[in-house]
Amino acid sequence: MSNLQSQDYIRISATTLTPPSVRRHEQEVAKLIDVTRCIGCKACQAACMEWNDLRGEVGHFEGTYDNPLDLDPNTWTLMRFTEWDNDQGNLEWLIRKDGCMHCEDPGCLKACPAPGAIVQYANGIVDFISENCIGCGYCVKGCPFNIPRVSKVDHKSYKCTLCSDRVTVGREPACVKACPTGAIMFGSKSDMTAWAGERVIDLKARGFENAGLYDPPGVGGTHVMYVLHHADRPSLYAGLPDNPKISALVEVWKGFLKPLAVAGVALAAVAGFFHWITLGPNEVQPEDEAAAAKLINDSQGRT
Amino acid sequence: MSYPRGTIVRNTTAARINHWITAACFVLLMLSGLSMFHPLLFFLSALFGSGQWARAIHPWIGCVLLVSYAGLIVQFWRDNFWNWDDIAWMAAIVRVLRNEEEGVPEVGRFNAGQKFVFWSMGLLVPALFLTGLVIWEYYFGAATSIETQRAAALIHSYAAIAAIIIWITHVYAAIWVRGSMRGMTQGYVTPGWAWRHHRKWLRSLVATGSPGPRPRRAGENS
Ligand code: HEM
Ligand code: SF4
Ligand code: SF4
Repeated sequence: MSNLQSQDYIRISATTLTPPSVRRHEQEVAKLIDVTRCIGCKACQAACMEWNDLRGEVGHFEGTYDNPLDLDPNTWTLMRFTEWDNDQGNLEWLIRKDGCMHCEDPGCLKACPAPGAIVQYANGIVDFISENCIGCGYCVKGCPFNIPRVSKVDHKSYKCTLCSDRVTVGREPACVKACPTGAIMFGSKSDMTAWAGERVIDLKARGFENAGLYDPPGVGGTHVMYVLHHADRPSLYAGLPDNPKISALVEVWKGFLKPLAVAGVALAAVAGFFHWITLGPNEVQPEDEAAAAKLINDSQGRT
Repeated sequence: MSYPRGTIVRNTTAARINHWITAACFVLLMLSGLSMFHPLLFFLSALFGSGQWARAIHPWIGCVLLVSYAGLIVQFWRDNFWNWDDIAWMAAIVRVLRNEEEGVPEVGRFNAGQKFVFWSMGLLVPALFLTGLVIWEYYFGAATSIETQRAAALIHSYAAIAAIIIWITHVYAAIWVRGSMRGMTQGYVTPGWAWRHHRKWLRSLVATGSPGPRPRRAGENS
């Protein structure tokens, strides 16, 4: 995406400064995906390709409804189909719209080494700014949801933008607009949470006693949320993480290692410098040359 | 290459070329790697053209480094075995650091510090290479699990910092001990230098009538 300066920033990747942040009055937004109402028509997937001008390679049929099989640089959202035999022995068809969750605490942004390649706007949307991306793939390692994909063609990383370009001019994301059943809703995060609450009450009344909202606290909540019939077991839904968190490995790598490393390197350099100015160079003395000459002469005298 | 009369060959021409290829690779890897390591060092990527270029070139230089360092191991491994002299020398490290080398136990071609640099880099370079392959997004992005890649990235940056700290010590030692640098650029040292810093090495060369860098073996002619 391009950089939308009309929005304010909460975070900018790889910067040590405070991002521009005077316009802090924006409401946080959220997309609510009501999995219980999805019929798997993929209108959202098509709308995403349409609005974002994405045309992936035509693949092969692999005996599943998932098409393509995985997210890729040209596929920012993907319907994942799971056939699950529930505890009563009945088949449930669980269809989840996969894509970036727009985490409140985005692991991709934390891992990214390129200044300004990933930003988070004040409304919560996490956006990749392609012109700053260096194609290292660190965002892939940072993301707890396995979302970003680096293109082999232009070496840039891609994922759902939550249609930041549409949202900034007051429109809903393309997928929301296209959904025929109203399974995808968009609005302020508080409105979406309230609406999900009503849906959950409704589902519980209909016998889905574990129905609930997926807004995982491990990543500070997300700006894309799911209503699930089985919120106690998110991983049923094509491996949606039960308790997503930024990996501890990433936290150490991007956290306390950095100051430690800078201190270590600086210490080595400073120690060298002070050794030099206090004790100075180690010069060969005339006595050394004389002793060496004697050694050599003695040995030649012997032969 | 011809050396001034009365000097001792410290490093053969092949060893010196090999050393400086390794050094160039290491410096370039350090600069491009650090540009991705910390936001305040991102400007270093401009030395390579752009962030994209620094990212793209870094692993390739790493491949050259691996081959080049393997060459250095072939050049130097024989003179880098640990022995009792190293323990004695290390016990006298304070005198060494104070430039008071009279009374420091005699050592062979390399002292314990140099051996440490040799072997630790011998460990770190392959570690950097292997972890580097795992996080090489373009070729190996799909080869391992993401959790493996996270661990590899962490180890790669730890190992890189360790290597950089060792490298700083190595470079400083070369500046501090006068005459060492010429041993690696023009390849020779004076007998007095060898007497002062590597007396056992000098004795072994003199005893066998060798011009350096290694003592002549029995039956070898000049
Ligand atoms: C020996 C072979 C090596 C290979 C194959 C390799 C490969 C890589 C790769 C693939 C990356 C990720 C960025 C990119 O795609 O360019 C990386 C990052 C890095 N490399 Fe290497 N590398 C090697 C050696 C070194 C050495 C010798 C150093 C240091 C002296 C070094 C320092 C770094 C640093 C500091 C980073 C950034 C780590 C971070 O972001 O925390 N690398 N390397
Ligand atoms: S590949 Fe990902 S982590 Fe690397 S610069 Fe691009 S957005 Fe940042
Ligand atoms: S889901 Fe992944 S890519 Fe999306 S904001 Fe969270 S960490 Fe970043």
